Amino acid sequence: MPKKILSNFSVEYVQFLNESGRIDPLDYSEVSSLPEQTFKDFYADIVMIRAIDEKALNLQRTGRIGTYASIQGQEAIQVGCAKALQGSDWFFPAFRETGLSVLRGTPIEKAYQYWSGDERGNVVPDNQHDFPVSIPVGTHIPHAVGAALAVKYKKDPIAVLTVFGDGATSKGDFHEGMNFAGVFKLPVVFVCQNNQWAISVPLSRQTASASLAQKAIAYGFEGVQVDGNDVLAVYLTVKAALEKARRGEGPTFIEGVTYRLKDHTTADDAGRYRSQEEVEAWRKKDPIIRLKSYIESHFNWNASDEEALITKVNQQITKAVETYESKAPIDPLSMFDTLFEQLPPDLLRQRERLSKRLNTENEAAE
Amino acid sequence: MSQISLIQAVNQALFEEMARNPDVVLLGEDIGVDGGVFRATDGLIQKFGEDRIIDTPLSESGIVGTAIGMAAYGLRPVAEIQFMGFLYGAMEQLVSHAARLRSRTRGRYTCPLVVRTPYGGGIHAPELHSESTEAFFVHTAGLKVVVPSTPAEAKGLLVSAIRDPDPVIFLEPSRIYRAIKEKVPEGECEIPLGEARLVAEGDDLTLITWGAMLHPTLDAASRISEKGIHADIIDLRTLSPLDSSTIIQSVEKTGRAVIVHEAARTCGLGGEIAAQICEKALLSLEAPVVRVTGYDIPVPLPKTEAWYYPDAEQILDAIETVVHF
Repeated sequence: MPKKILSNFSVEYVQFLNESGRIDPLDYSEVSSLPEQTFKDFYADIVMIRAIDEKALNLQRTGRIGTYASIQGQEAIQVGCAKALQGSDWFFPAFRETGLSVLRGTPIEKAYQYWSGDERGNVVPDNQHDFPVSIPVGTHIPHAVGAALAVKYKKDPIAVLTVFGDGATSKGDFHEGMNFAGVFKLPVVFVCQNNQWAISVPLSRQTASASLAQKAIAYGFEGVQVDGNDVLAVYLTVKAALEKARRGEGPTFIEGVTYRLKDHTTADDAGRYRSQEEVEAWRKKDPIIRLKSYIESHFNWNASDEEALITKVNQQITKAVETYESKAPIDPLSMFDTLFEQLPPDLLRQRERLSKRLNTENEAAE
Repeated sequence: MSQISLIQAVNQALFEEMARNPDVVLLGEDIGVDGGVFRATDGLIQKFGEDRIIDTPLSESGIVGTAIGMAAYGLRPVAEIQFMGFLYGAMEQLVSHAARLRSRTRGRYTCPLVVRTPYGGGIHAPELHSESTEAFFVHTAGLKVVVPSTPAEAKGLLVSAIRDPDPVIFLEPSRIYRAIKEKVPEGECEIPLGEARLVAEGDDLTLITWGAMLHPTLDAASRISEKGIHADIIDLRTLSPLDSSTIIQSVEKTGRAVIVHEAARTCGLGGEIAAQICEKALLSLEAPVVRVTGYDIPVPLPKTEAWYYPDAEQILDAIETVVHF
């Protein structure tokens, strides 16, 4: 039968800083133009959000917060995105972006507060345009697209970024959001933290596609895969995509290849479904190890620099834990207060019922 | 004032709100060049352009999810879903996101969107084009649910829905899109959400209904009035939040209540209304509260649908039952 080729495509992979902590060759202009301080800032941020995560796991183990989703192993994507974003940009997270949210401006104590089961932790500062975490997987993707549509309509000079995991790419809302973004050429950047596992389901069960990045091609825009453990690859690729979005040149999909070093959440046991050998192999690709090695060899980062950084980070986290634990308990009545702008009469009566119950319990306690 | 149909009233409300507020943006399938499958948006793309009348991909969850992002950013999106039976694809967006956004961010973000969709049967449409599952949405805390019953009501309620600071599901009775014409005020005509309408007054019983079912209810009431039995007729207008005080006041006066809806019986809104009457007006009751509803089966296809919906005869039977209890 007569046939012709309708489409040929290629997918680019970006890596600057390899697993050995080297950039070969060293003369990439994008990297060589970055000042020394930028590398050190990246490193400080990665160390910081790893420590925030470690403390969260510790708080969970000691019963001081509830179920928590660790970000360990995925810090480079989060730092790269945070550094590439501008303050006026909008960000729509999934639920494994605690580090990125903190770097955007969410106080650390708010993160602990949210994962403790206190909704006040969802309230970002007024000048920070970040949505709360999305617990249903991938359903926040159309929200980012809608915000981007509004940005385009209002001709605002901003971009929108959303982050989700590899599991989300199997969901209908990923398709519907990506499709809208392509059709309307919206100023949105989709970042997938491909950490290889959606709880116990490996990437090979999420997709038969050779890469996630290439899915973008079918939606009519650029998809690129980056080494998600290379903060430089993430930062430079995301930054370029955000600038492209702000120029009105449409969306980009960036797949960051990374690995979830810990359990899905503190309620999970990854030992049931994946081998220790696999985890150990990925530990060698840890984003912290390679960046530290790079700044040691290129910028004379030494033990006293490291010690000073760790001390500073620990002080910040200790203070955040103190602030979190000294918060006044949440008022149960506040459950009603922001359901609608104005609470309807029947709900006022329900609120009154709870108020009476609380008073009775308080009297009994006295 | 001109005599217009319910669909024209919807069009007029959209037109006037868009002219008044540049943040009002419409999105949905076939709403642009085609003017919507029922022509609710006819002529709007010519007036407001394709940036404000957005023909979207065939993507219900995408439409509602996108509208959530637009609303949070500061626009006033009005999404059209072609039929209520297709709204289920956007259920997660409505239940897990739109309904909760204000509350889970303690007011940091709000979601002032409207989802318009035709509901109900009687238009000889294919499967899943005749759904009346308003109870799903009434059961979802954080959503408002509004159902107009006449052209003037449709205009005033839609204007209020668009101006409302919270998400509103606006259910348009497709059966009476063109069946009734009436004078509709031009310009400002807001009808507040959450307030029922007393359509007629009588001391003998209370008839409670909404949307398309108002009309067979009025028919039954008019026939029973020839026998000297007079009813309070309550058109709920807003199903959530429910105006229970209007219902209770009326039942305290009449002592008898019949609730009419075309939705299936079990866990339909009639059950909630009956429960509230029992809780708040038991000692006023002279007869059991009676529901006239659809059956607990999927809404049938056109060949048998006429036997599914309540009609005036069944409402009359129910009235006789409570009056002569």
